[in-house]
Amino acid sequence: MEAIRFNNNIIRREEILNMDTGSLRQRLPAINDFFSSFGLTAPEDGTTISHFLLELDAEILNDIGMEREAINEVFLDFIEGMLEIQKTSGFKLVELTIIGGRNKDGKSEELNLELRPSQIICLVGHTGSGKSRLLADIEWMARGDTPTGRRILINGDIPPSSWRHSHEHRLVAQLTQNMNFVMDVAVDEFVRLHAESRLVQNVEAKTNQILLKANDLAGEPFAPDTPVTSLSGGQSRALMIADIALLSASPIVLIDEIENAGIDRKRALELLIDEEKIVLIATHDPILALMGEKRLILRNGGVHKIINTTPVERRNLSKIEELDKNFLGLRNRIRNGELIDFEIGL
Amino acid sequence: MRLITVSGPPSSGKTAVICRVIEALRQQAVKVGVVKFDCLSTEDDERYKSMGVLVRKGLSGALCPDHFFVSNIEACFHWGLDEGIDILISESAGLCNRCSPHIKDVMSVCVIDNLSGQNTPKKIGPMLKSADIVVITKGDIVSQAEREVFSFRVKNVNPRSTTMHVNGLTGQGAEELARLFAESSDVGGLGERQLRFAMPTALCSYCLGEKRIGEEYQKGNIRKMDI
Repeated sequence: MEAIRFNNNIIRREEILNMDTGSLRQRLPAINDFFSSFGLTAPEDGTTISHFLLELDAEILNDIGMEREAINEVFLDFIEGMLEIQKTSGFKLVELTIIGGRNKDGKSEELNLELRPSQIICLVGHTGSGKSRLLADIEWMARGDTPTGRRILINGDIPPSSWRHSHEHRLVAQLTQNMNFVMDVAVDEFVRLHAESRLVQNVEAKTNQILLKANDLAGEPFAPDTPVTSLSGGQSRALMIADIALLSASPIVLIDEIENAGIDRKRALELLIDEEKIVLIATHDPILALMGEKRLILRNGGVHKIINTTPVERRNLSKIEELDKNFLGLRNRIRNGELIDFEIGL
Repeated sequence: MRLITVSGPPSSGKTAVICRVIEALRQQAVKVGVVKFDCLSTEDDERYKSMGVLVRKGLSGALCPDHFFVSNIEACFHWGLDEGIDILISESAGLCNRCSPHIKDVMSVCVIDNLSGQNTPKKIGPMLKSADIVVITKGDIVSQAEREVFSFRVKNVNPRSTTMHVNGLTGQGAEELARLFAESSDVGGLGERQLRFAMPTALCSYCLGEKRIGEEYQKGNIRKMDI
């Protein structure tokens, strides 16, 4: 008999079916979604799930394409899954270790890298040098069983293999230049949907917090009722980053460049760091690269070299930022219909 | 021989995912064959052939594609055995959302894509809800939030499944999916095996070629809307 923990009591799994739907709903409002997914209206308060399923018409079952017992089981799996999501919000990544494997020629890769929350690591290399494979190794929690032979440790240990397929333990959140919003909803509704799927307790507060942050990062502010598909490139990136920082369950964030337009890139990275993400960023932009603690140089499918950002580089960062600011100033002059007919000092 | 049933809505990326998986399986010297089921026409068999993969194609024409699938899969299985195939993959499009081509104790995969809309997991029946593995594609072009909401909704309707993200273009995730294929259990034969769930049924006058509209022409298994 499988036991599960519900409201601090250890109960038999099947007992869920004989609980009052009202009390179940109070704990997990998402059960309404479960029933609507099958085209059903959720049972009312005062009845039990098993009673509800017993009363279901055979014809309805035939339409759904499932037998009664199967729905019972799926419902219990669903409840367990939801409880699991609530529980794993307690999971904390404190250390990610990447142990080297071999490059495309089979040469061994000298690598034993420990990454901690709030670190920024840059990935540098040409197309095909192995950046994506490195990310895939982390995401899949490789244990010497991928083409690179790399191994990934979580908090010093080999993670359970069940994590590989679990919805709750997705390690990596991704943000690339190709990504767009496709949902046909307004910004606030969009964030709300995401918050609900994360089973956040106070959805309103979370939504407001993310909108505030996103507006803070975006060059031009946007209203909560703006459709996500009408946001500018910079606004979209700002919203995506604020959302990943504050709502995504994944402790590692992979970024493939951030365009230098319409978003404060420095503050964006700072937000991710404040939220204790490990940030891996594939970039050839000097500002982003020098903001990182380390640069992994990828070549021929392996990490060829690691550069620790030097004190001189750090000093240069502020100079490059100054250059960048001047350049942005020139852009703005063009946008505002002004001339650039003065002597430019470098 | 292992058998994997792969199904999913049209254009969800089934063929691209299967091609990537085959590339990964071949590196382990696994011999793969594909049976491509479609309705009116398909050129995907050429795509497999150009990769040097053994392929058979079946077009259901005017018949229910699911019924066509189940009446032919056993013969396809024997073909695979004769060819000495290690893993036989059947690919079929789920066309009516009520499709249910999955067979008990035979590994089943449903491919759906992030662009199909957040309500799609609710809309698809047994093809998704009873699949062992759900492969979600086109994740590289939507936001992280949309990916998370989508996979959450898949989990809601099929909590027991293994959900994977595979990119049919770059092949990211295909390696991992290939491993699951290779780990599936050997299917001795299909005779006496059962579908996971009954297929969509009809058998009315229109199944038999009736074209006229009107009450008097509707015979057999007819259902009326509540208007």
